[in-house]
Amino acid sequence: MSTPDRALVVGALLLAALPVFAAESPQLGTPITPAELAAWDLSIQPDGRGLPAGSGNAVAGKTIFAEKCVVCHGEEGKGQPFDRLVGGQGTLASATPVKTVGSYWPYASTVFDYIRRAMPLVAPQSLTNDEVYSLTAYLLSLNGVIKERDVMNAKTLAKVKMPNQGNFIVRYPEAAR
Amino acid sequence: MSDKPAEPATSPEIVAGNGLLHRRLFLTQGAALVGTGGLALLAARPAGAETLTVPTWTKTIGAPMSGYGVPSKHEGKVQRIVRPGAPGAPGTGGSRTPLELVNGTITPAGLHFERHHNGIPDIDPAQHRLVIHGKVKRPLSFTVESLLRYPTVSRIQFLECSGNSALGWAREAPQQSVGSIHGLLSCSEWTGVPLSVLLDEAGVEPGAAWVLAEGADSAAMSRSVPLAKALDDAMVALWQNGERIRPEQGYPMRLFLPGFEGNMSVKWLRRLQVNDAPTMTRDETSKYSDLMPDGKSWLFTFTMGVKSLITSPSQGFRMQGPGLYEISGLAWSGAGKIRRVEVSADGGQTWGEAALTDPVLSKSLTRFRMAWRWNGGPAILKSRAIDETGALQPTRDELITQRGERSNYHYHGIQPWSIAATGEVTNVHA
Repeated sequence: MSTPDRALVVGALLLAALPVFAAESPQLGTPITPAELAAWDLSIQPDGRGLPAGSGNAVAGKTIFAEKCVVCHGEEGKGQPFDRLVGGQGTLASATPVKTVGSYWPYASTVFDYIRRAMPLVAPQSLTNDEVYSLTAYLLSLNGVIKERDVMNAKTLAKVKMPNQGNFIVRYPEAAR
Repeated sequence: MSDKPAEPATSPEIVAGNGLLHRRLFLTQGAALVGTGGLALLAARPAGAETLTVPTWTKTIGAPMSGYGVPSKHEGKVQRIVRPGAPGAPGTGGSRTPLELVNGTITPAGLHFERHHNGIPDIDPAQHRLVIHGKVKRPLSFTVESLLRYPTVSRIQFLECSGNSALGWAREAPQQSVGSIHGLLSCSEWTGVPLSVLLDEAGVEPGAAWVLAEGADSAAMSRSVPLAKALDDAMVALWQNGERIRPEQGYPMRLFLPGFEGNMSVKWLRRLQVNDAPTMTRDETSKYSDLMPDGKSWLFTFTMGVKSLITSPSQGFRMQGPGLYEISGLAWSGAGKIRRVEVSADGGQTWGEAALTDPVLSKSLTRFRMAWRWNGGPAILKSRAIDETGALQPTRDELITQRGERSNYHYHGIQPWSIAATGEVTNVHA
């Protein structure tokens, strides 16, 4: 390979390495440490990464639910005025599907993630991690996914498999439309 | 009206059944028709005009300037169609753009649809931060002020909620206006910083494939975005139609993902976490997934399907007697530009090509127009769009054959309107 060809190849490699937008950036981002962003770092991955320390079970969860959740989700999570959380297993292929945590949600991590970030609606992010583990355990227990006395923590919750997990067909990247 | 419209000296070319005329009638702005007596088509002429007087507003001093203009007091009926959530949770509902009351393609910011999950946060821009972390070499925090110094891009693009037109799945065609059914659809000029620039500054690490985007609202709404999309045409939008994004659209900044379902364009954007896998948040699994008849569900239906709507005439309109009408509507596709829109006045038996109003932009609303001579008899109007990938808007029956009746989201079937001999326009499944 002659020298000019080499230069061309190197140039092409450099171009390929650039992002789609190769715009100049003023580089004004400030470095931030994990400790500094901890209060916002709420997301839990489906394999359990991100789950915090703490624990709880359904017995404790039942008490918290009666105090903070029942007004929107009904006795034992049966719904009204907001989403029903319990039951509906076996209805998804019927004319009247009932989508709940137990019948529909594919990952248990999502239950913890969502309660911690957004519930209760009138006081989001007011629950302790133990309370979130307890409420998660209560909903999983009501749906028959775990037992009432099973302790949920970062290790055990990550291992819970939801009944409907195998029934989702990933549509991205898209099949031919 | 009993008078028949005057027949023109030279009829414009009929292109499809029940009175659809060639799009040339609009493409030429009527200029070519002047010489042929074509303007006589425009309406059956009323008997006579009234005698003009000089009105008060021409003889008195007008109002002074103002700091921020508002619509005419005579246009007060042009309002978003507000649907609050359940009692005690007013911030969980939505509001829709009144598509039957607007024209062109740009939605005024104050009429852009809203869908919130726990209300509109009152954010102090001085305290707001955008954090990028996860699988990056340099986790970074950006102030609003610093982002305003970045090079920007501007694009005119639509945003459509994936729950838009969900009433299309209902067995009875609802007698509601086009905005009430389909108004979770708006279009703006969005200006902001390409997300790729910020991700490049943070330095995406090998193995990264998704970006979790989270809002600062009290739902801390979060969605997983494919890294490929984040590096393609995603934007951290700071401006909408020339002004800073309004509180209900994500002030001080929102993610904007052209062509993707609206929920993913996270408002009040505060955090981007680069991951190796999707986070499987509540809003991308339990909501916004499509339940199929066999009980399985589609996950990650991101790109909004090719779609069109006739906005005029539409449900609730009343035709003003036989004669020439402009059929006008909107077409769009999450996959790119609209290539062609066809209109039928005979329920889909025959179709004519509509005129597309320039500019036809990618992942944007395109206004189409079609000339129609209504003979005063019953008619079913339909439109169907074809995008630049060749995708054709399906009929409602085709959608239901594919997905059943319970998938709830991502409805993009053809919308028929029925014209009765009385002039009444109603919604029908046809």
